[in-house]
This record gives sequence, C-alpha cells and structure tokens, in this order.
Amino acid sequence: MKYIDEFREGGMARKIAARIAAEVDARRRYHFMEFCGGHTHAISRYGLVDMLPDNVQMIHGPGCPVCVLPVGRVENAIQLAQTPELILCTYGDMLRIPTANGMSLLRAKAQGADVRMVYSSEDAIKIAQQNPQQQVVFFAIGFETTTPPTAIAIKKAQALGLHNFSVFCNHVLTPSAISHILQSPEVREFGVVSLDGFIGPAHVSVVIGSQPYQYFAEEFQKPVVIAGFEPLDVLQAILMLIRQINAGRAKVENEFTRAVLPQGNIKAQLLVAEVFELRRSFEWRGLGLVPYSALKIKSCYAEYDAEQRFPVPALSIADNKACECGAILRGIKQPQDCKIFGTVCTPENPIGSCMVSSEGACAAYYSYGRFRNRDLCTVQNN
Amino acid sequence: MANPVRVKAGYTRAIDFKHGCVEMKHGSGGRAMAQLIQQLFVAAFDNEFLRQSNDQACFQGSNERMVMSTDSYVITPLFFPGGDIGSLAVHGTINDIAMSGATPSYLAASFILEEGFALSDLKRIVDSMAQSAMAAGVPIVTGDTKVVERGSADGVFITTTGIGKIAEGINISGENARPGDKILVSGLLGDHGIAVMALRENLSFQTSIQSDTAALHDLVANMVAAVPTIHVLRDPTRGGVATVLNEIAQQSAVGMMLYESKLPMRAQVNAACEFLGLDPLYIANEGKLIAICGADDAENLLNAMHKHALGKDAAIIGEVIEDTHCFVQMQTRFGGSRVVDWLSGEQLPRIC
Amino acid sequence: MCLAIPAYVEQLITGDQAIVNLCGVRKEISLVLVEDIVVGDYIIIHAGYALQKLDQREAERTLAMFAEITTLNNNDIS
Ligand code: SF4
Repeated sequence: MKYIDEFREGGMARKIAARIAAEVDARRRYHFMEFCGGHTHAISRYGLVDMLPDNVQMIHGPGCPVCVLPVGRVENAIQLAQTPELILCTYGDMLRIPTANGMSLLRAKAQGADVRMVYSSEDAIKIAQQNPQQQVVFFAIGFETTTPPTAIAIKKAQALGLHNFSVFCNHVLTPSAISHILQSPEVREFGVVSLDGFIGPAHVSVVIGSQPYQYFAEEFQKPVVIAGFEPLDVLQAILMLIRQINAGRAKVENEFTRAVLPQGNIKAQLLVAEVFELRRSFEWRGLGLVPYSALKIKSCYAEYDAEQRFPVPALSIADNKACECGAILRGIKQPQDCKIFGTVCTPENPIGSCMVSSEGACAAYYSYGRFRNRDLCTVQNN
Repeated sequence: MANPVRVKAGYTRAIDFKHGCVEMKHGSGGRAMAQLIQQLFVAAFDNEFLRQSNDQACFQGSNERMVMSTDSYVITPLFFPGGDIGSLAVHGTINDIAMSGATPSYLAASFILEEGFALSDLKRIVDSMAQSAMAAGVPIVTGDTKVVERGSADGVFITTTGIGKIAEGINISGENARPGDKILVSGLLGDHGIAVMALRENLSFQTSIQSDTAALHDLVANMVAAVPTIHVLRDPTRGGVATVLNEIAQQSAVGMMLYESKLPMRAQVNAACEFLGLDPLYIANEGKLIAICGADDAENLLNAMHKHALGKDAAIIGEVIEDTHCFVQMQTRFGGSRVVDWLSGEQLPRIC
Repeated sequence: MCLAIPAYVEQLITGDQAIVNLCGVRKEISLVLVEDIVVGDYIIIHAGYALQKLDQREAERTLAMFAEITTLNNNDIS
C-alpha cells in the first residue's frame, strides 16, 4: 500500500530509534503526551515503547472520541433507539459501548430496537430515504475529522427535503481538551506531572490545520509536533520533540506535511461553521466538564437536531469510583495503577472510558502489552 | 429424509423450482413434503442410503476409532463469491472431522427453511451441497427438513453432522501443543471473512477476494501420512487465527509466539482491513488449517502441505513457548512484541 | 483516533464521487470536502469522505528526512 507501507518499515524504525537514543540528554527525563488514540494504537501495536530510551515516557491522552463520550449520551442514544418507529444509525465503534446497567446499542438491538451500523454519514441519509415512514436519527460522534461528514449529511437532508432525518450530535473539539489538560492544577501548578511536549493529532489536523496549536506552544511553552499515525511518523515526531526540548524551543512543527497544511481544509471548516456552533460546556468522560469543547447544531438547522425533536434528557452518570481514567488521561497515573485494571475492568467489561475502545490507554495496555506488565509482576515476586 | 411417502410421479404436479417458494406444507409431513424431498434432496444427494427412503442410514461400522461432529450454518448473505451456505455446510463439517486426523465417511444434513424462501435459491444451495459432497467423496446419507413461519428464520439454516474414522496411532488434539513445537498455517488468511463482509449492506466495497471455503480432509490425509505425529490441527473459522491459537494455548497450557512477517496474507485482505479498521488475525477462514507439530517434523510437514493444492501457500508462522499465562504473542515487524488477545465481542468495522 | 487512509483515485464519477483503489480493494467515496482531485491523486479517506489530497512531494520529503537519519547514524559510528 503506497504511502502506508513505507511508513511502517521496521529497519527504518530501528534507525530512527537509534537516533533518538543518540540525541536524548541522559541527565533529564522527557514526558510526551500523544493526544490521539491513533498514536496510542501505533505505539502499542508496533511495540514502540520497547524502542525508546528509558528516560522517554509516553503519556496516553484522551484522543479517542468513543472513549470520551459520557455514558449519559450513550444512554440517550439507547433511549432514542428504543423509541417506536425510529431507526438509529451509528458507526460500528458505538455499538458495543456499555452503559452503567450493562446495556449497549447492540443489546438494545437484540431486544428489538432498530439500530443500524453505517460506514459513512451518507448511508444514514440513504436509510432515511428508504424509510420515509420512520424517523432516522444519526448518532454522530467524533473529533474534527468526523464532523464535516455529519455537516454534509445535514445539508444533504435539507437539499433533499428529508423530514425524517436528524442528528444526535456529539462532536467534540481537540484543542479545548488539550487546553483543559494543560490547565489542570496537577500539570500547571504543582508540577506533579511534567508534560514536556505533545504529539499533535494526525487526521484532526488534516481538517483544522497546524495553526490552532500555536497557542499551546506560546502560552504554555510546550512544543507540539503534528504526526501521522504510522509508526515511523510517531518515532520521527518523538525525535523532533526531543530536539526542540534540547534546544530550548517550543514550536509547532509538522511531521505530517503530506496531509496537513497550516490552514487545514478550509472547505471542511466552512461547512462545519455553517451547520454547527459551540456548546458552552460538554462533559468528557474521564475529564469532566470541559468549556467550549463540543459542537451543537445551529438553530437554523434545528429541524435536523435530534435534541430538539426528541426528548433527550441530560443524564449525568458517574463512572466507578475506582476508575483512574481522569488521572491516566492527565499522565498522573498509569493503567496498572488502577486497582481494577485487568481484573474487574477488561475490554469485555469496561468500567471506565480508557478501556472502552481499543485506542483507550487501558485497553491498549491490556490487549497489546498485558504480558509485559505480568512479566514485571513475576520479576518483582521473585 | 424424514418419513418420505413414495409419490407416484404421475399423480402430482412437478415442483416449480423456478417461481415457487417454500410453503408450510413442505414441512408438514404430507405429500408436498415427500415430493420436495424426492425431487430436490434425494435427486441431488443421490446415493444408495437415501434411495432406501428410511429415516436413518444404516452402514457397516469398523473397529477403528470413530469421530463425530456437528455444526450449524447461518450466514448472510447466503451466496457469496467463492461459495454459499451449502458448500460451507459440507466443507465446515468435513473439516471439523478432519481436524482430528480422521477420514470423514458420511454426512447428515438438516434444514430449517423459512416460509416464503424461493425454491430456486433452495435448489441452488442443495445442488451446491451435492456438488461439494461429491467432490469431497463424502456422501450425505440422511437428513431432515422443517419449515418455520415467515420471520422465524433467515431463509435457510443448515445443520450438518459428520462421522469419520481415525487410523491407529494418530493422536491429534488441542491439548497436545508442547513448548518448542512449530505452528503452521495452510495458506492465505482472511479471505472468507473479507469476501462476505464486502457484500454487507452499507459497507459495499468491491474486491476480487473469494471465500476460501474448501474441504481439507485430503490435505490432512497427506499431512498425516507425512507426519503421523502431528500434535494439533484446527481450522481458524470464526474469530480467526488469533482466537484459535488462544484456545489451543489454554487447552495445552502453553504460550505461543507468532512472527508477524511470516503470516501469509493477500494484499487485498490487508487493504480491506485497513479500510474497515479490522485486524486480519481475527477474520474468519473456511478452508485453512493451523497445524502444530514437533520442531523436527516441521519442514517435513510443510513440504507435504506445499505439495497439495490447498496447502501451496502454507507457512511456518510461529512456535509454541512456555508461558504459565497462556498468552499468544506476536513478534512485530519492528522487533517488538505484543499480545494477540482473545477477541472481545464481535469485530465491527470502525471509523475511529 | 479517526481512522483514515491514503488511497489512489482511480476514477471520477458523477456527483462529486470517486472510486478509489487500495491494493485492489475498490470503494466509492465522496469528494465533497476536497477540490481539484484528478485521477492519479492519492486522497486521505475517513468514513467514506476524502479529507485531503495527499501531497506526494511532501511524502517523499518526509521519507528523505528518514533517510537522512541513516547518514547521521553512520556519522556517529565513524
Ligand atoms: S482500568 Fe478501567 S477502571 Fe481502571 S482506569 Fe482504566 S478504564 Fe478506568
């Protein structure tokens, strides 16, 4: 696969790793957060941590839209799906997410709700066209990457004069979440966690560009390197971050130049701005309420807003007390620090957000790196 | 087939296989059912046992050990590139028998038909079963049909049961994997799962990938002849290679180490997985097997597999290691390693 | 994580749609979010939509940057 395989080449990875080892300053530690689940996935899938020097630590950020969606919203979606004469469409990612009482969209479907998996927002439109007698709600989730397709669906529904299509909008914004993490007291004041730099999102940045990160570099003096999701991209970004830190710089750099322009995709941005507006505040699972971190459908498109058309009560469902997701997402704790990691909380039965999808920090640790943690245990036991 | 009344051809109208559909009467034990059984099933599966029109097949036993296996087949869509539910039902059960090292002897087939199901489709499926059974040399000697009301089934469900015999000295079982053993696979992985998924509504993408559905008993016979001491055989159907290896690791209380670079896979299967965010290790196969044998026998076994058409892409993909946690791990192309875990729930296409 | 992959544009079809080809797997995707796409381009696809044209020159440049690292490593050794 052209433009994929070249960026997964193992020999080159070892060379970049050797370069990283040669350039790190042995006297200090480096703490980098990869915001996106895509990077987390690459790191665990390719075993990149094994290739990094001991003083380079990766912190897994909240960059998985499935994981950060509060349980209350999933519950809302399930209630919508259980409404008679209503078809709920959503991406495959959402179907298995459990709520507090063990329900999920898949389970609701088994009990008779009409839940359809779609690959694209356009499929949801098609379903609405094919079922004019029924209401079709598209349960939309995702970061800036996934928002433009939802905007297109709404515009298309309008153009087609579809009156049975609406969107349950849960789109969230990456920069607000990064700010939130940087502003959390642990990171900002107490110096409990040092966060030395960020690997910036790949495909989110394709849409929003590299400019929005400028603020972090300036305001918080943290270097940001936007990187693709392939393993070589991630290693290269780590090298670029190390170089910035060693040189005392805090700039936004772009490793993913093959897809990210400074201004991003303006056509997509305009479309999003036309259909959506900011929510004052939105709950992120694991982070709590984050100001101006999500989008809602503008009132001029209210007809397509499921929250306007159907009762969608605000449900705040707290996560299990033992869950350490909030601390993990801020880099204060590691998944193994959670008392119920791998015992009560597993991918089969996720208790907290980080275990929900395979990109979550806990799930990635569990499914790709479980043995390593166990090995540690055995060593300690000996 | 159950209780067939002999029907004189002259007294009944021939079944309209072109336009007709399954009706409740086809399962009610009356004349219509007898007619369907004679004109469709017996005609297609034709063999001495069925011709006797008894409720059971009676055959000579042997003093060898016998194996028996049963499996139900439900699949959407019923027809897919490379096969259909009929060929799948024959191959699947033959393979389940063969994975013990046995030679399959006979099959039994039971059909649940949904009222309204097109007879033309049913005929296509039955013909395909007949052809698969004939090609495999394993006759379908008894069976049953039931019709359920519309909405109570999805077209047709088929259950096939098989019986076979194992030669002296063969001891193949999931609990026989030992540290140091080699793990082999008989060919390219993931074809069936991707071929079927490509047809799913809403996902539609075009590939030239065909299901790999095939009967593996002949390949197994060659393998057993070359290396009678094969430790484990299993077909990585649902849940794919990852799931099957985890099962065996548990059964044998061992760990496994796979080499990512050695896994034989079509570029197209890989690409489809990229599109859908799936891991090819968890994709179903219907004409592949995993074999585990002692390290000294591995080359020998591999050669035997390479000589058979269904094993020409066979490869050694890993080895059995000692591990009290029974983890299946994989050495990545990068030299790191990761755990290849059990699948949690159904694999669904994802966008993030 | 926003799964997206670069794929080759094989054919432009009506209504701002295109057929992309990834190693023999073909899929129809929407071009509404991008502009000036021609056959032969590579586009980054997410959930059925092209998000951006892949800049082939930049891709080569990134790969060249990797190659430079080899030289740096060699210099270290010598
Ligand atoms: S293991 Fe589960 S409960 Fe513990 S922090 Fe991770 S997601 Fe939360």
